[in-house]
Amino acid sequence: MRKLSQGGLAVLERDQLQWLLQAVGNRGYQVLGPTVRDRAVVFDDVTSLSDLPAGWTDEQDGGTYRLKKRADGALFGYASGPTAAKKFLHPSVVRLWRAKAGGNSFHIEEGPEGSTKLAFIGVRSCDLHAIAVQDKVFLNGKYSDPIYKARREDAFVVAVNCGQAGGTCFCVSMNTGPKATFGFDLALTEVLEDERHYFVMEVGTRLGAEVLDQVPHKAASAEEKAAAERIVARTAGQMGRTMDTKDIKELLYRNYENPRWEDVAKRCLTCGNCTMVCPTCFCTTVEDVTDLTGEHVERWRKLDSCFTMDFSYIHGGSVRSSTRARYRQWMTHKLATWIDQFGTLGCVGCGRCIAWCPVAIDITEEAGAIRRIEKELTERRTTHGRRKP
Amino acid sequence: MAAESLERILGEHPFFGGMQEPYLQLFVDCASNVRFGAGEVIFRVGEEANTFYLIRHGRVALETSAPERGSAVIQTLGDGDVLGWSWLVAPFRWRFDARAMDPVRAIALDGRCLRGRSEEDHDLGYELMKRCAQVMEQRLQATRLQLLDVYGGGVRSKR
Amino acid sequence: MMVSLSDPMAPSPFRVQRVRKETYDTFTLELDPPHSAANGFSFAPGQFNMVYVPGVGEAPISISGDPDKPQTLIHTVRSVGTVTQKICAPGPGTVLGVRGPFGSSWPVEEAVGSDVVIVCGGIGLAPLRPALYYLMAHREKYGRVVLLYGARTPEDLLYKDELPKWRGHFDLQVEVTVDSASSGWRGNVDVVTTLIPGARFDPESTVAMVCGPEVMMRFTLIELERRGVPAENTFISMERNMKCAVGFCGHCQFGPTFICKDGPVFRFDKIQPIFATREI
Repeated sequence: MRKLSQGGLAVLERDQLQWLLQAVGNRGYQVLGPTVRDRAVVFDDVTSLSDLPAGWTDEQDGGTYRLKKRADGALFGYASGPTAAKKFLHPSVVRLWRAKAGGNSFHIEEGPEGSTKLAFIGVRSCDLHAIAVQDKVFLNGKYSDPIYKARREDAFVVAVNCGQAGGTCFCVSMNTGPKATFGFDLALTEVLEDERHYFVMEVGTRLGAEVLDQVPHKAASAEEKAAAERIVARTAGQMGRTMDTKDIKELLYRNYENPRWEDVAKRCLTCGNCTMVCPTCFCTTVEDVTDLTGEHVERWRKLDSCFTMDFSYIHGGSVRSSTRARYRQWMTHKLATWIDQFGTLGCVGCGRCIAWCPVAIDITEEAGAIRRIEKELTERRTTHGRRKP
Repeated sequence: MAAESLERILGEHPFFGGMQEPYLQLFVDCASNVRFGAGEVIFRVGEEANTFYLIRHGRVALETSAPERGSAVIQTLGDGDVLGWSWLVAPFRWRFDARAMDPVRAIALDGRCLRGRSEEDHDLGYELMKRCAQVMEQRLQATRLQLLDVYGGGVRSKR
Repeated sequence: MMVSLSDPMAPSPFRVQRVRKETYDTFTLELDPPHSAANGFSFAPGQFNMVYVPGVGEAPISISGDPDKPQTLIHTVRSVGTVTQKICAPGPGTVLGVRGPFGSSWPVEEAVGSDVVIVCGGIGLAPLRPALYYLMAHREKYGRVVLLYGARTPEDLLYKDELPKWRGHFDLQVEVTVDSASSGWRGNVDVVTTLIPGARFDPESTVAMVCGPEVMMRFTLIELERRGVPAENTFISMERNMKCAVGFCGHCQFGPTFICKDGPVFRFDKIQPIFATREI
C-alpha cells in the first residue's frame, strides 16, 4: 500500500510487530524495550516479541510496586517501570574524557564515549514529555551536552498509548497524556478483542513512515481507529490522582516557610529514590580519577541527587543540611523554579516517585497540602484581623 | 576656648543632633576641650568612668590585655566618634583601656555631673539615654558580626 | 574563549609562571595561556574559571587579574580542600587545567557616570580586583570611586603591597579595616560595615559592588540601604557548590537561578527574596 503520511493510521496484527523490531534493528539501531527483570519492567535490549513483558501488568501505589500476571497476553499491559529512556539518553555513569598526564602537563586524548543510535519501543506519553523536558535542559542553552545530544539526535521512538492507568499516574491533570501527541516516529495503541490482538499505529514522522513501510500492515479501518480511541479515553478516566497546577509556581514561591515542609521532613528519608526514578531529574556530579602511575587521568560523570548531604557543600558545610531544606529543594525545583529555568514544569505526572518512595510520599498530596494549609493560615489571619476591638 | 565655640562644636556634633537649646547649654557647662599626645593613655580598665569624650580629631584604640594574646585592639575610633558609655551604666567602671594612637583633640564631658542632673531632670536623662542607646546598638551589631568571625581561616578554623 | 562550545567539560593546559603568598593560606597564581591562545585569556571582571589539578579534581576560582591584560591569567586561591591545596602548592612549571570564563560580571559598563563603592571582606577582594583595575584604567568615566575592605587580622589582608598604592591615588578613597589586631597595628579595627557611613559617595547616584562571606554581605546590604543606595544599584557575588559550571549538573542552583550562568554576580533586587530565605 502507499506509504502513510504523518498522522496516518495503520493496523498490525500482534505477530507482525516482530517485523517492526527487525526493521528497526536492521537499520543499525540498538533496540530497547520493556523486559521483565528482577521483578520489575525495565528497558533493555529487545530482539523479539518474546523479550517483551507479555501478559504482565504492574500494581503500583504509594511505596508499592509489584508485577502481576494478566488474564490476557497484552505486550504493553503494564504502566511504567522504574526507568525509561533517561537511562540511555542521560547515562548514569559515563566517561567525559581521558587524558595522558605527565612531564608536568596533560593532554586530552579522547572525548566522550560515543553510542550506537538508539531505538525505544514502548515509550509512554509522560515519558515523551520527559524527553522533551530534558531536551530543554541539555540542548537549549548556551552550551549543549554533547553526550545527550549524540544519543538524542538519532533516537528512534515508538510510543505506546496506555491501555490502562497505572496506580500512581496523574498525567491527565498534568496535560501529559495518556495519548502520545508528539515526539514519536510511530505510536501504537494495543487492542485486545475476543479473537483478535492487534495494534493501531500512528505515523509521527517521515522516518516512521519509512520504517512502517517495511512492515506488513494495513490501513486502519474506522472501527479499529474507534477502538483505539475508546481505549485511550478509558485510560484517561482511570486516573487515581490529580495535581492542581493552577499558579503552582507562585504558590510554591510564596510558601518557602509553609509548615508542611516540616511535616514531610519527618517522613522523608532523603534516600533519593525519587530522583533516580524521575524521568526528568538530571543532576550529576563529576569525578576526576587517575591510575596509580598518575599518567592516565579520566573525568567521569555520574548521576547525583539533590537529596545527598554534600550536594550543596561549600567550604565549612552544606547550604541545605536539613531534610526539610532538601525535600523543599526537590519539590520546588520540580514544580516551580523549573518553569523559570526552562519554560516548562519539571514534573510529567508519571507517578514513579510516589511508587518508589519507601515511605509513600506523594507529590500530588504534598502540593495539595501546601495549597490547603496556605489557605487555612490566610483565613486564620484575616479572621483575627476582623475581631471586634 | 570661649563657651560659644564649645556650644557651636557640640551643636554640630552628630551625637547632639536634634538636641534642644536648654539642654545643649547644660552640656556646654559640663564640657571642656582636651588633648592627648600620641600613645597617651586616656583611661584604663577598672578605673571609675566619670567622663566621656567626643573625638574631634585623631584616633583612639580600645584595647584589652590577655596573658596569652598580649595587647589586642578591639576597636579603633576616629573623628566624630563617641568614646565611652560605661559612665552612664552602673557600676560606672571602664572595661577597656583607651589609648590615643595619634595626637587627639576631643571634648570631654563630665559624666558624673550629667548623671546627677539626669536624676533630677528625667527629660534630660531621656535625651542622653536615647543617644547612648543608638551608639550601643550600633556597637552591638558590629560586635555580633565581629563575633561571627565570618572570614574564617586561622588556627580557630572549623576545618 | 577557553571553552569549547562543543565540549565545555574539557580543560585547556595553562602553565604556572609564578606563585605569590598573600597570607598563610592564600596564594596568587600567575598562569600562561597555551600557545594556541593568540590573544591570551579574555574575561570580564567577576567571572570565574574551573581550575583543574590533573587527576585530582576541579574547583571554581574567580579570576583576579586585569581584564585589560589578558596575556597572563591570575587567580587568587584560598587553600580550603584537597583540590585548592594542590592548586596552591604547585611545583615549578606545573600545568593546571582551565575551563572558562564562566558566569556574569560586575556592571562596570552600567556604572559609567555614577559613583562606585566596592565593599569586600576577606577573600572577597579577589573577584573585585579586576573591577577595580577596570575602573582605575577608565577613571574619567566614573564619579567617586571608593574601596572598603575588611579582613580578619592585618596578616589576612590580600594584596598588601598594592593596597597602599591604591590608597595613594588622589582619585580613589580606600579604607581598610580588620576585625582584630595586636596593638602594633596602626590601622582601623572594626567590622567593614562601619566604614560605610563615612564613605564619600552619593547614594542616589552610586553603583555598589559587594563580595565576601554571606553574613558579611547581609550586614553590608543593610548599611548600604541605610545610606540610601537602592537595591537595583547594588550587586553581589554569590557562591555555591559547582561541578560543571555550564548549567547541567544542578549543584549551583540558588532558587531559580544557576550561579554558574545567571551569576555569580547578581543585581541584588532580583534575588532579594531568595537571599533572605534560609537553607535555599
